[in-house]
Amino acid sequence: MSKEDISRRQFLNYTLTGVGGFMAAGVLMPMVRFAIDPVLAKEANQDMVAVTEVAKIGDEPKRFNFKIKQKDGWYESEVTLSAWVYKNGKGEINALSPVCKHLGCTIDWNTDPGHPNQFYCPCHGGRYTKDGTNVKGTPPLAPLDVYESKVKDGKLYLGKAKPRKGA
Amino acid sequence: MLQKVYDWVDERLDITPLWRDVADHEVPEHVNPAHHFSAFVYCFGGLTFFITVIQILSGMFLAMYYAPDIVNAWESVYYLQNQVAFGVIVRGMHHWGASLVIVMMFLHTLRVFFQGAYKKPRELNWVVGVLIFGVMLGLGFTGYLLPWDMKAVFATKVGIQIAETIPVIGPIAKTFLSSGEIIGAQTLTRFFAIHVFFLPAALLALMGAHFIMIRKQGISGPL
Repeated sequence: MSKEDISRRQFLNYTLTGVGGFMAAGVLMPMVRFAIDPVLAKEANQDMVAVTEVAKIGDEPKRFNFKIKQKDGWYESEVTLSAWVYKNGKGEINALSPVCKHLGCTIDWNTDPGHPNQFYCPCHGGRYTKDGTNVKGTPPLAPLDVYESKVKDGKLYLGKAKPRKGA
Repeated sequence: MLQKVYDWVDERLDITPLWRDVADHEVPEHVNPAHHFSAFVYCFGGLTFFITVIQILSGMFLAMYYAPDIVNAWESVYYLQNQVAFGVIVRGMHHWGASLVIVMMFLHTLRVFFQGAYKKPRELNWVVGVLIFGVMLGLGFTGYLLPWDMKAVFATKVGIQIAETIPVIGPIAKTFLSSGEIIGAQTLTRFFAIHVFFLPAALLALMGAHFIMIRKQGISGPL
């Protein structure tokens, strides 16, 4: 037997492994693709929703609630979100997400007497300045997310909250 | 690499005899379709097992999307079948496999019956086989309700009415199966639990006993 020859045992091993592998793959491939579908699914679009009249927005961050339609598999519902909205020095509207970037608690404005005019998270004492920048030395490692926003016919429309680069 | 990992484990736990015992077990000539084509009748037991494995796998994956609740059950099945990739295939495997497993099991039973393979010393294995048959029918009955469509609900009503005709314990059986007077919310959760926990556990135990016994006694001789 020359070097390139394979033995009968080896041939059978290869054939059985190949056929067995093919069958196992045929059974498992649809199931695995089925299971990982949410990972490969495209991110759902979210329509911009009218939140408030621009006239009601001041220099001080104010909390506005708004409702969006949410589709979760076979379950469709209306979910209430909120945003901290204010006009900055240049007159631009800033809409910040109230979700703390540490572990996702809900932050509040100006509720920590020790640090006035900051966003404060009651869970672990995370703090953010007015523009949402996380204060160094507190738990959050990134600034608050900012809602996509546009103004139309005197009304503020908000879309998805987008993360920003860390401070 | 793989060989090294295997050797490391084998050195400590001596696992080679475990699988060599199965791999070296010879298939008798009269059972091997390569020798006598008619020996294909011996394949039905193995095919039943093969389809059962597919049923268990596809069922585990379906449970990722299925909601056992009368409000959401139908919607979740509709969603997993039409919106999730390969949903049609995975649900199809479970749906068609459920019928096929009964067919294969029936053919296996016929072979054992007509060959007289159930005779001494294999009577106990026949008894276990009949129990497996019952568990399989139970899996079919409980699984049929889960999509919670018209066909499922009314088929279950008929099935439970049949159970009700059993002398003496009929009414109790009916209340036990439907979990009360109504065939509704509690029937669905009950059937779900029976379908995915109780009966599969019983099935695995019985199949284990079935295989240990046939291995111990050997397959019945040629006719």
